[in-house]
Amino acid sequence: MTDLTQGAAPLAATQDSYMAMVRQKRLYSGIAILVFVVLLVSGFRVANDRNAGGFFDGIHRIFDFPADVVGEAWDKRADMAGLLWKYLPDLIETLNIAAVATLTGAALGLVLSLLSTRGMARWPVLIPVFRRIMDVTRALPEIVVALVLIYMLGGGPIPAMIAIALHTAGALGKLYSEVNENADLKPVDGLTSVGATWSQKMLLGVMPQVAPNYLSYGLLRFEVNIRASAILGFVGAGGIGYELRNSMAWGPGRFDEAAAIFILLFVTIVAVDQLSSSLRNRLSEGANQ
Amino acid sequence: MTDASLSMIDRQDAAQALFRRKRLISVAVPAVILLYLTYIFFAFDVMGLAERARLDNAMTLIRDTYSYKTHVTRANRSGEVTIAKEGERPATWPEGQSPDWVAIDGETVTVDLPKGHSVLFLPDQTAVYRHPEFGDITAKLDPSVTIDIAEDRLPEWISYSRTRLDIRTEAGRLTMTRAKTEVFRYFFGWELFWFTLDSPYHGTPVWSLLLGPQIDPDRSNIAGAWQDFWANPLWHHGKVAWAIGETILMAFLGTMGAALVALPLAFLAARNFTPVVVVRQLVRRVFDFVRGVDALIFTILLSRAFGPGPLTGALAILLTDTGSLGKLFSEALENVDQKQIEGVSSTGAKPLQRYRFGVIPQITPVLLSQILYFLESNTRSATIIGAITGGGIGLMLTQAIITQKDWEEVTYYIVLIVLMVIFMDWVSGILRRRLIKGGGH
Repeated sequence: MTDLTQGAAPLAATQDSYMAMVRQKRLYSGIAILVFVVLLVSGFRVANDRNAGGFFDGIHRIFDFPADVVGEAWDKRADMAGLLWKYLPDLIETLNIAAVATLTGAALGLVLSLLSTRGMARWPVLIPVFRRIMDVTRALPEIVVALVLIYMLGGGPIPAMIAIALHTAGALGKLYSEVNENADLKPVDGLTSVGATWSQKMLLGVMPQVAPNYLSYGLLRFEVNIRASAILGFVGAGGIGYELRNSMAWGPGRFDEAAAIFILLFVTIVAVDQLSSSLRNRLSEGANQ
Repeated sequence: MTDASLSMIDRQDAAQALFRRKRLISVAVPAVILLYLTYIFFAFDVMGLAERARLDNAMTLIRDTYSYKTHVTRANRSGEVTIAKEGERPATWPEGQSPDWVAIDGETVTVDLPKGHSVLFLPDQTAVYRHPEFGDITAKLDPSVTIDIAEDRLPEWISYSRTRLDIRTEAGRLTMTRAKTEVFRYFFGWELFWFTLDSPYHGTPVWSLLLGPQIDPDRSNIAGAWQDFWANPLWHHGKVAWAIGETILMAFLGTMGAALVALPLAFLAARNFTPVVVVRQLVRRVFDFVRGVDALIFTILLSRAFGPGPLTGALAILLTDTGSLGKLFSEALENVDQKQIEGVSSTGAKPLQRYRFGVIPQITPVLLSQILYFLESNTRSATIIGAITGGGIGLMLTQAIITQKDWEEVTYYIVLIVLMVIFMDWVSGILRRRLIKGGGH
């Protein structure tokens, strides 16, 4: 009301201050973009200097290696089916590592998330402790745990499995506790009133509400874990990554095997991605009903 | 009436069927999981784990994480005695000096160990381990290793062959081979973490570094201490800091590069911006392809062209994440509100202006928070990729683990990696919260 009654002079003042704010905003975003570009360019230059080969020396060689691999695979295309069959067990081992790690990690994450959600925790005093446990397991890259465990337990799938499971527990635990916070506590109260134990309350009061979300996050994690399991194989934890490193170490002559492994990995990752995304869509539709 | 009761019975039947199905599922799912785990139990050879597991390795590892050992070594041919922490050259005591638990008297050296144990190096290539309960154990080179205990009476903490004697007790360890006789004494902590023995600042308390007289005439205390700490030849703090910087750099370049490449492509993959089906499908398949190839394969391919280093890692992250971010961005673009774009175009805006003022402000908060999530998780990925392709803290970690010697360094790196990841999580969390708040205005 006051604005209307005071004539044109305040309008001009408002306009001026508005324009000043616009200019200030433009200046700030300009500075932010400038800083960002400087960071990006100088970061690229630093990375380029510290790399063994520079970007512009290597860029024309980028297709040499894929061409070698494809060429060799094409020359020996008659053997390709045999090679794919040969590496299938390794692929299954990689998938198994990912699957078991996702299962155990999800189970662990579930317990951790229930123990660290307000209103559900068994021991409310210990909520910060369980939260920090999740933070640390989430922050540990799988490779760190895997390498240490390979030293202690010898090679094979178990170190990789434990490493991925630990990280999964932390990562899923955080997501699950976010899901838990949105869950309705009334069923829990109801179960408390009839004298249910903590595990009964969680199983009957919380689980039915959160299960679709849990499953969908678990599936997403399974996709991530397949990639992680292949990478851990590359540092010596068994599975298809290990075979890939061996065939690469041989250099030319075994590139047809590398090509077979590339194909297996690529097809698996894409297939699991598609399968899990359609499953997740169905789950989220079910949850919305 | 009949209709209603019929449908009642129908509904009851349906409910019964639902219950039966739920009951079946609640039994079948755990049963399948149990079966699968049984199969895994045999496929992963869990039973064989007991024999593959190296408990002694585990013990060394755990012991090294919180303690270090000082070696007192006599070269058996020359008779020369050296004392060094972890047997490292920069951590060797200068000639003629020794810690107070080692007494050198001509050719006789007395090494005191905790709990009343001690070791004597005597002339004639003889060493005596004095165990307070077991008694003296005398070992001599003659010319192979001999010991004054009958082989069938050896306790299990002594391992003995003609080429090597190894006595391990809770107080320390004595080994004798033809080349050298060596005693290890364990101490709590990480050795020489701040300064090595050749630095003038070794053993100086913090307050006298800050306030006390100048120790090195050429350098001020703080500058000198910083230089010696940063260049510590055992711990390489400077190099480690660089490596962490390199890892974060890989994550930053990879994520931001991917976002810059993915954003224009996402417009081509979004239904409401690209009506041409062929283009849309093509771009989407490109996204699927680079996502499917995975960072592992990109790392291998790129390191062939560019060699190992942070650039290779950054490009591998960039390529993979272009697929993931492109997919997310195009989904965000498909959800934009058309009204704002119509409003902008009603003022006569050209297509580029429509995007700039009608679309970008809508999706910026979503995009930025996705990018920050990716930056956070790529810090971990960069550690892993660095371990494969050689760059950053990941490489230092794998090298330290492969040498199987310096587990305190491995512990140091692990702690730093965890701190780095938590720090990046924290920074991106703060930025995300501020952005989402700002986006709400």
